[in-house]
Amino acid sequence: MINYILKRLMYILLALFVIVTVTFFLMRLAPGSPFANERNFPPQIEEKLNETYGLNNPWYIQYKDYLIDTATFNFGESMKYKARSTNDMIAESFPVSLTLGIEAMLLAIGFGVLIGVISALYHNKFPDYLATSIAVLGISVPSFILAGLMQYFLAYKLDIFPTAGWNGFIYSILPALAIAFSHAGFIAKLTRSSMLEQNSSDYVKMARAKGLGKWTVVFRHTLRNALLPVVTYLGPLTAGVVTGSFIVEQIFAVPGLGKHFVQSITNRDYTVIMGTTVFYSIILLFAVFIVDILYSIIDPRIKLKGAKK
Amino acid sequence: MTQQPIDKDLFRVVGVNEDDSDKLAKKSVSFWKEVFIRFSHNKMAIAGLVILAIIILMAITVPMFSQYKYSDQLGVYNSPPSAQFWFGTDDLGRDIFVRIWAGARISLFIGITAALIDLIIGVLWGSVSGLAGGRVDNIMMRIADVLTAVPYLLVVIVLLVVMQPGIVPMIIALSITGWINMARIVRGEVLSIKNQEYVLAARTLGASTGHLIMKHLIPNALGAILVTMTLTIPSAIFTESFLSYLGLGVPAPRASWGTMASDGNKAIADYPWRLIFPAVFISLTIFAFNAIGDGLRDALDPKLRK
Repeated sequence: MINYILKRLMYILLALFVIVTVTFFLMRLAPGSPFANERNFPPQIEEKLNETYGLNNPWYIQYKDYLIDTATFNFGESMKYKARSTNDMIAESFPVSLTLGIEAMLLAIGFGVLIGVISALYHNKFPDYLATSIAVLGISVPSFILAGLMQYFLAYKLDIFPTAGWNGFIYSILPALAIAFSHAGFIAKLTRSSMLEQNSSDYVKMARAKGLGKWTVVFRHTLRNALLPVVTYLGPLTAGVVTGSFIVEQIFAVPGLGKHFVQSITNRDYTVIMGTTVFYSIILLFAVFIVDILYSIIDPRIKLKGAKK
Repeated sequence: MTQQPIDKDLFRVVGVNEDDSDKLAKKSVSFWKEVFIRFSHNKMAIAGLVILAIIILMAITVPMFSQYKYSDQLGVYNSPPSAQFWFGTDDLGRDIFVRIWAGARISLFIGITAALIDLIIGVLWGSVSGLAGGRVDNIMMRIADVLTAVPYLLVVIVLLVVMQPGIVPMIIALSITGWINMARIVRGEVLSIKNQEYVLAARTLGASTGHLIMKHLIPNALGAILVTMTLTIPSAIFTESFLSYLGLGVPAPRASWGTMASDGNKAIADYPWRLIFPAVFISLTIFAFNAIGDGLRDALDPKLRK
């Protein structure tokens, strides 16, 4: 187990190094400059700006500085918004994204498992078809389209929810739903097929033969085993919720990290792009790592690859 | 309990018809034929196939025969769907019906090409790694491990920020980490196939590695490869529209479904059809490919054989 964890941590570090290096060199190659909008500056000032941000140094010095900065989590000031450090931006906007993300994950898991259980219980009957159709719809409709449609119909036309902004719980419902919907579809599909698989196994028949009620069997027996594939999906789910937030935050004007990330891309704000990319990478890498460990704890049948006794 | 004596007279000799004994109860069908039969019983998959066929047909014919071009500005701005403009027009007065099918060409082209590149790199990487084994396999798979750990979408976004937006950069960005999944699946198949007796037999008979790959490994891994590929296409189309939405897509005046949906979303309050039509077609296409892929997977699964 310890061997396995150490090995995985080494991969995470290697992967981070690859990401950091690749983003660094790609940013250097990128056309456009963060100061492009300020061309009317006298050349001396642009020179001064380049100097402040170390853009005049040869690439290996910049690379070295950058590696040191990254290792110490010091991503420097934003090149676009004066006197705002990338760390401040992350610290300020990440809690918003985190709230939204957790809400979306809970919605996705809750709805997904519920829909999956219903369709497995009423296999090949009307509720199954209805639930499967919802799941298929969820998988097929991209989140940004769903976000736009929900904003139009539920917020603008019917006025049930606020259209955009971030001002309390009610504001987070539509964005969280938009992010969660497609993942709920996947989870429903997974739950359904693994529930069906469990339903034909002996212990379920035994429990039914004992005279236990349908739902008791589901909660006490089937669901516990059927949820294993859903646990494996938690890693991709985290990644999906994070990336899903890029656009959904933009559409609903949520002041989260995703919005900053997208804006820093359009602004060619190098420091912020690199800071957020590294930050996102760390979150995603560790999420997948934690899920893998969780999985082996939940299901003792799984032996971690590389674990030696 | 009393035992009933069993009388010999209760039995009689039926005899054996020598001609019948060689006949098979069921006609033997080849593997691919059986797959086809099982696939054709899957309603969802057939629906997906029909939808996809219609979309491809329209994408080929409409831009060829339509009276407008996708970039023609017709002077009627934001017209709702009508007899003249079936899907309405956009803010520059371009016919959305024609743009949808011109966009279908680009979106499908990007999705299918990215999947094909994934296929080629993935099959090569996976089969070499699986066949070579030992240190080569170890190094190749460690490279893949590190690359999988790199968050896909972040790399794609960073790549597209650097390259000028366009069709080719989009395809490169999509396939740069997309092949890893395919490589892993192919390697798994190769590892399980290469240790089987018939491969050993072929080797003993002096078959070359190339012959082994072409005649034994690829045909047997084909099912898994096919399913992975069908499921790669919708995710490529999805990512393409996602990136277009971020403003990293195909530049104007060309249209992809993603850029159209992105434009439409900005005008949704007043001209909802500009979002709804591209949205419907993106969703239909993703649905169609997913349904076909799932159907293929079920059809190829020997466990479900009846």
